[in-house]
Amino acid sequence: MQTYDLGAQGLRTLNSSLHALKGQTNMTAWEVINPKGAHAIAAGVDAPVEITVRGSTGYYCAGMNKQATIRIKGSAGPGVAENMMSGTVIIDGDASQYAGATGRGGLLVIKGNASSRCGISMKGIDIVVHGNIGHMSCFMAQSGNVVVLGNAGEALGDSLYEARIFVRGSVKSLGADCIEKEMRDEHYAMVEELLRRGEAEGKAKPEEFRRYGSARKLYTFNIDNAASY
Amino acid sequence: MTDFPRTPPRYSATFTPAVNAEIRRAAATGIYDIRGGGTKRHLPHFDDLLFLGASISRYPLEGYREKCATDVWLGTRFASKPIHLEIPITIAGMSFGALSGPAKEALGRGATAAGTSTTTGDGGMTEEERGHSKTLVYQYLPSRYGMNPDDLRRADAIEIVVGQGAKPGGGGMLLGQKISDRVANMRNLPKGIDQRSACRHPDWTGPDDLEIKILELREITNWEKPIYIKVGGARPYYDTALAVKAGADVVVLDGMQGGTAATQDVFIEHVGMPILACIPQAVKALQDLGMHRKVQLIVSGGIRSGADVAKAMALGADAVSIGTAALIALGDNDPKWEAEYQALGTTADAYDDWHEGKDPAGITTQDPELAARFDPVLGGRRLKNYLKVMTLEAQTIARACGKNHLHNLEPEDLCALTIEAAAMAGVPIAGTNWIPGRTGF
Repeated sequence: MQTYDLGAQGLRTLNSSLHALKGQTNMTAWEVINPKGAHAIAAGVDAPVEITVRGSTGYYCAGMNKQATIRIKGSAGPGVAENMMSGTVIIDGDASQYAGATGRGGLLVIKGNASSRCGISMKGIDIVVHGNIGHMSCFMAQSGNVVVLGNAGEALGDSLYEARIFVRGSVKSLGADCIEKEMRDEHYAMVEELLRRGEAEGKAKPEEFRRYGSARKLYTFNIDNAASY
Repeated sequence: MTDFPRTPPRYSATFTPAVNAEIRRAAATGIYDIRGGGTKRHLPHFDDLLFLGASISRYPLEGYREKCATDVWLGTRFASKPIHLEIPITIAGMSFGALSGPAKEALGRGATAAGTSTTTGDGGMTEEERGHSKTLVYQYLPSRYGMNPDDLRRADAIEIVVGQGAKPGGGGMLLGQKISDRVANMRNLPKGIDQRSACRHPDWTGPDDLEIKILELREITNWEKPIYIKVGGARPYYDTALAVKAGADVVVLDGMQGGTAATQDVFIEHVGMPILACIPQAVKALQDLGMHRKVQLIVSGGIRSGADVAKAMALGADAVSIGTAALIALGDNDPKWEAEYQALGTTADAYDDWHEGKDPAGITTQDPELAARFDPVLGGRRLKNYLKVMTLEAQTIARACGKNHLHNLEPEDLCALTIEAAAMAGVPIAGTNWIPGRTGF
């Protein structure tokens, strides 16, 4: 285990060390202590390592992550795991705005609540939120899956493309072009798999979820839908 | 019946035939006019400025014999690997999707041969462009299409696009007919839909956030790459100041003459300010902050000739950027395709429906048959020639003003032909020392 004191050694040295772990390495376990809300912790990692951050983080923790498993033993600031390519990010606490924004792959798990715009413009990432998600979540989301064990705020899935949203609790309102869709067998299986990978197995059953997706009415401009654009 | 003289038909100055045609088109189709290119209305521009060549009070340099340097460093504030270009004319961001692959290749070939950089666009980085561009600026856009850390690291600089001259505050609209399999794959979108690009970045909101975003990008790229911030010319004093505050190495300022792949005509023609009005404000912001020449300023929007380059630099820019002019140099809107332009209901030099993907020149299209018409080697050669000519023109003017580097041009080398241009550029009306709004009488 490599233990790194962020307060004493600084962000640049941490990220330089993590970026040097290209490809395979036998230094697979890292621990970051004293994060104290610093920004861009473990951003741009590209190695199959496990990084545990003991405390809460600022903006863009695990940004653009590839391959790594990053656990935040606290809460995460805005833009956690933004544009993640692959790997896993797990947050024990809550996540601020834009969690998983534009994420292209990998898995983001938020064991607390996520604030507004969770999964905004997501492009392939999977997100599992044990608590609630805030307003405008999945705005312009293009692909990937979001599973929410709690409730969703206003304007869920506004201007949605092909991302799938599964919510167990209530949805305050749906955004433009977002509709409820039928849960089929493949969706139950998908939710079950994501609950397992998202460390939520036993916390909820797939049949408790409702599915939301794009009505595809905004895919080609039509003046009769102008109020929705 | 007496044949009296008749009053000839008289068109309204308000309801012109063009205005009426647009009203009829809107009524028939139910959609605003979407097109490519830049504004077509007359605006105060560099043509309204003149250089004051040297005579007795100033001493000129000998043309072709005395050196007039043209190189420029970009990104000297924070980046450990700033960019050094041979000429201060860069190629503006134009997306793969809007342009064909061979067109992107030609831009790379031409720019590299001329000693300058190209810029990606709203479609991610293509091998055509990375492979042929010695220096490539990677645009970081609200849509984040194709965004990945590998391409960030393969770039020579990163340009965070906050705004664009053709549409400050607006997002993009790439119509479905240009979303080919490859474009759809790069953009994670279903094929054939109308793609709407966001007007705001998804994971930051204001300048304080932007500062942290830049920190993240620098951390990911080892603090090597210059970070450009591109803004549309609307409030250039404050936008430049805030870009500097956020940590920009370079500010890119795009005036309303700047082009676009596709957006609403009403946006192109009615939002933003001419680049002439933008430059002095941006330079003033840099000077007020003590950052002029430390944070470099690239300006764009309707740059066409070496005279435009020299005038922009005399007003305080470090470099300029060209988009539409580069496409014309490649061969877009060439009269040799006139018959096909006519078939599309337009004419050469007026074709602007770049979003429809039917470009006869094969440049702004994803149609493989049309794209195959375009020769990227020849196109690259034409662009190189054009960039070299612009540079020679700017050098000729600078020498006549007694300057041994394009960066030594200054506002004092200029006068204005119109009150509007004088007020915007902050230079006196020709034959006077009157700068409207600044000096008396």
